[in-house]
Amino acid sequence: MAVMTYREALGQALAEEMERDPDVFLMGEEVGVYQGAYKVSKGLLDRFGELRVVDTPITELGFAGLGVGAAMVGLRPVIEFMTFNFSLLALDQVFNSAAKVRYMSGGQFKCPIVFRGPTGAALQLSAQHSQALESPYLHFPGLKLCTPATPADAKGLLKAAIRDDDPVVVMEGELLYALKGEVPEDRELLVPPGTAEVKRPGSDVSIITHGKMVHVALQAAAKLEQEEIDAEVLDLRWLRPLDIEAALATVYKTNRVVCVEEGWPYLGVGAQISTLIQEEAFDYLDAPVVRVTQADVPMPYSKNLEKLAKPSVERVIAACHKVLYR
Amino acid sequence: MPDGRAANAKATSRAPRVEEPRRDSQRLGGLDKEKLHELLSQMLLGRRFEEKSAESYALGKIGGFCHLYIGQEAVAVGAMSVLRPDDYVITAYREHVQALIKGLTPREVMAELYGRVDGCSKGKGGSMHLFSAEKNFLGGWGIVAGQIPLGTGVGWAIKYRDEDRVCLCFFGEAAVNQGAFHESLNMAALWKLPVIFLVENNRFGMGTAWERASSLYDIAQKAAAYDMPSAVADGMDVFAMRAAVLEAVDRAREQRTPTLIEARCYRFMGHSMSDPVHGVYRTKEEVEEAKQKDPIRIFIDQLREQDLLDEDELNELDARARAAVEDAAEFAEKSPEPGPEELYRDVYAQEDVRGWLYFDRKDRLE
Ligand SMILES: Cc1ncc(C[n+]2csc(CCOP(=O)(O)OP(=O)(O)O)c2C)c(N)n1
Ligand SMILES: [Mg+2]
Repeated sequence: MAVMTYREALGQALAEEMERDPDVFLMGEEVGVYQGAYKVSKGLLDRFGELRVVDTPITELGFAGLGVGAAMVGLRPVIEFMTFNFSLLALDQVFNSAAKVRYMSGGQFKCPIVFRGPTGAALQLSAQHSQALESPYLHFPGLKLCTPATPADAKGLLKAAIRDDDPVVVMEGELLYALKGEVPEDRELLVPPGTAEVKRPGSDVSIITHGKMVHVALQAAAKLEQEEIDAEVLDLRWLRPLDIEAALATVYKTNRVVCVEEGWPYLGVGAQISTLIQEEAFDYLDAPVVRVTQADVPMPYSKNLEKLAKPSVERVIAACHKVLYR
Repeated sequence: MPDGRAANAKATSRAPRVEEPRRDSQRLGGLDKEKLHELLSQMLLGRRFEEKSAESYALGKIGGFCHLYIGQEAVAVGAMSVLRPDDYVITAYREHVQALIKGLTPREVMAELYGRVDGCSKGKGGSMHLFSAEKNFLGGWGIVAGQIPLGTGVGWAIKYRDEDRVCLCFFGEAAVNQGAFHESLNMAALWKLPVIFLVENNRFGMGTAWERASSLYDIAQKAAAYDMPSAVADGMDVFAMRAAVLEAVDRAREQRTPTLIEARCYRFMGHSMSDPVHGVYRTKEEVEEAKQKDPIRIFIDQLREQDLLDEDELNELDARARAAVEDAAEFAEKSPEPGPEELYRDVYAQEDVRGWLYFDRKDRLE
């Protein structure tokens, strides 16, 4: 095992897959000469050349659609959005083209494309640059979506996404790029679609989460331990396909659930998980499911307000207390 | 099902040009009688197919939106006559005729319009979403201008693989005002992609005349913004279309340079089957006057002038087109509807083995 950062793990996944398959190429703003807005693609231009590491104009709709067209005729594009905030300009091609071409063509055309980049808030970037956009993407059948929380998962999820024959959205975390962790050197490290992971086993309460919030949940769990509350943290990793069995298994185990996500509450991931639980495991619940989300407002700039808007360790702890009636 | 890649593998070799149009730009494009009759057959098939579609639509056999190509046949027939089978075509929702010319059978196209399982897209796409991986026909797209970035990506893939194919990308003049058009032309010119951007300027985007929608009248001029070659062609004349597209295809194949071509044509029918033929945005007289320039009649006259078509031959070709269309409609009528098992198929590569993909829990429905 090597210790590396989340960004290095992503870069390694890209490099390995580009070596393995000549049809894989990376395209996006600043991915080449600049080495990536977040340095994920550092060194790749030198290694693979301009045809496979492509700097684009600022033209999100254009290059997203270009990727889909190339995927339809057999290439495997990795399209980097500098952040998912900017992908909003490209959504027609993601939702109306990538997600639908297999179905509309009666299965004749597949679309093996990856759309990746950071989602969610960093620090004080305010309303337009701080959005966690999982929910809108998850609304569309035809897309898959995963959210790595650790360097190892970053590598395994991105590699699985690149090899997948469907369009996969890989939502990374801006604040995670510098995170260090152990990453297996295995070139076949793949986290296949629909596989969640228990990041911390526990027996009193389940925190179901994904992406950057896994770390908030783990910190909350560590503090809860001091109160002798044993929290389980389930990292969904893939939000579509969803590891329904893992989500239900943790409910069966603890009978109490807190859903934590970075995005807004309305039609959020937690709303979906709560529905799933009440449909499939109602009788196992000892308390109503509680959700911790971003405040239902655009992200404010001011430090204190931003802090209030974001899901925090304190709010996760409070939610756990609530489902435990403590 | 052949995926894009398998289809590619067969055809990537630098196949010889199927037929070499003469460059001396002789009358009738230097084509022999057989080829000319083939083009006339395509035009007639297109026309008869659309007439039958209108009839079936009126009978409720075809549903949804259905956009007819009547009046614009010379654009597709002329343009596509210079392509090789391994070249790609992508277009919008007014695409029945392009699909037929690319080699989809009238049966599979009509069955698709009828929403039947023998349709080219198994009845899941309908009139607006015809596809054939085998014939390099890439759809069939319903969002105005949505196919332009896709066609650009196909051009990218051709360049990436160092092939000598081209992608012919059709769209209506109304699509020119979308960002997707401008973003695509910029990338295609910047990266030298072998794409021919063919604007079918039929004067209207639904009820909005071109001059009411664009500050610049000459669409071809927009290419200048991207330092891209351009041309204007008479879209009612097969030979004019052929000549313009041939030049662009040569340039794309040999120099990987894209071209923007404006084909000036006219839509004889309403925007879609739910729109009356003239409506409130144009007069009956305007439509009647345009019909005087019926592209099929013009083509027939051109052939007759050179003694390359007599009455019997014309009747014979038309009878064949009508028969093919009748056969297609009968076939579509008899083709079964897609079974319920098709509902959840083709959304993803995998079947939903563990009920993880669909959030209405498919297992409940069964
Ligand atoms: C993005 C988008 N906006 C609006 C529509 C509705 N619409 C369908 S066709 C059409 C007119 C398009 O005209 P044009 O591109 O000239 O093609 P034509 O129908 O003339 O072939 C409109 C407005 C659409 N399908 N997509
Ligand atoms: Mg038009």
